[in-house]
Amino acid sequence: MELKTKISADNDKQELTITREFDLPVELLFKAYVEPEIVARWMGTKVLKLENKKHGGYQFETSDDKGNVVFRANGSIHNFIPNQNIVRTFEMENTPFPVQLEFLDFEKLTDDTSKLTIQIIYRSVAHRDQLLQLPFAQGINMAHNRLQEIANKLK
Amino acid sequence: MNLRRDVFQAIADPTRRAILLLVASQTMTAGAIAANFDTARPTVSKHLQILTECELLAQEQQGREIYYHINARNMKEVADFIEPFRKMWDDRFNKLENIMKNYKPKQ
Repeated sequence: MELKTKISADNDKQELTITREFDLPVELLFKAYVEPEIVARWMGTKVLKLENKKHGGYQFETSDDKGNVVFRANGSIHNFIPNQNIVRTFEMENTPFPVQLEFLDFEKLTDDTSKLTIQIIYRSVAHRDQLLQLPFAQGINMAHNRLQEIANKLK
Repeated sequence: MNLRRDVFQAIADPTRRAILLLVASQTMTAGAIAANFDTARPTVSKHLQILTECELLAQEQQGREIYYHINARNMKEVADFIEPFRKMWDDRFNKLENIMKNYKPKQ
């Protein structure tokens, strides 16, 4: 099946762009990014903090089944326009990866469909490539449950 | 002989993902890796063994120490490693879409 998510990355540019069209009104798509309990469900992480405003911040945390924290990420929110745009940084704590900058654009296509474009800018091409080699780590490691489901299907 | 391990199974464990993150940009000894976790040393060794078996990590003997590093030998071009990344996001967005299709605003 064709994936609905597209990614473009230039070999020699320190950025990449993720685009995806949703069968959702833009308001609902945006809500999935701002309601902590919804973010927690689709990202598969605990949301410790999520301040949806200019100069706000957020923090995510993931634990293993014994309750040990194995992953934590945070960022600052630089711009926040409901149903249109979020600009934020993203940093994984206790890892050697430098902070990255993310531009999220939310677009209405029709009353029931919308489009999300995420442009991510990395410190260098090498840092981008290193992170891409850890797809499960990028974005916060949270595809855990989904990966588990895929793994089960592959068995 | 060990059964060939599935990569997805290997990375489904949060501790193993944390290990991969840790060694992503530096070569480390088993001891240095274990020092980052509260988990018992033999447990970390077991994780390292699994990650090595499915070729996500590579080992290198230097004197008395064994160093671990990310095995990225088959990932030379962006296009080679963008596909798993795309699948991960697609999966995540499918989940988002399903959740929001069933979303009921609180009264």
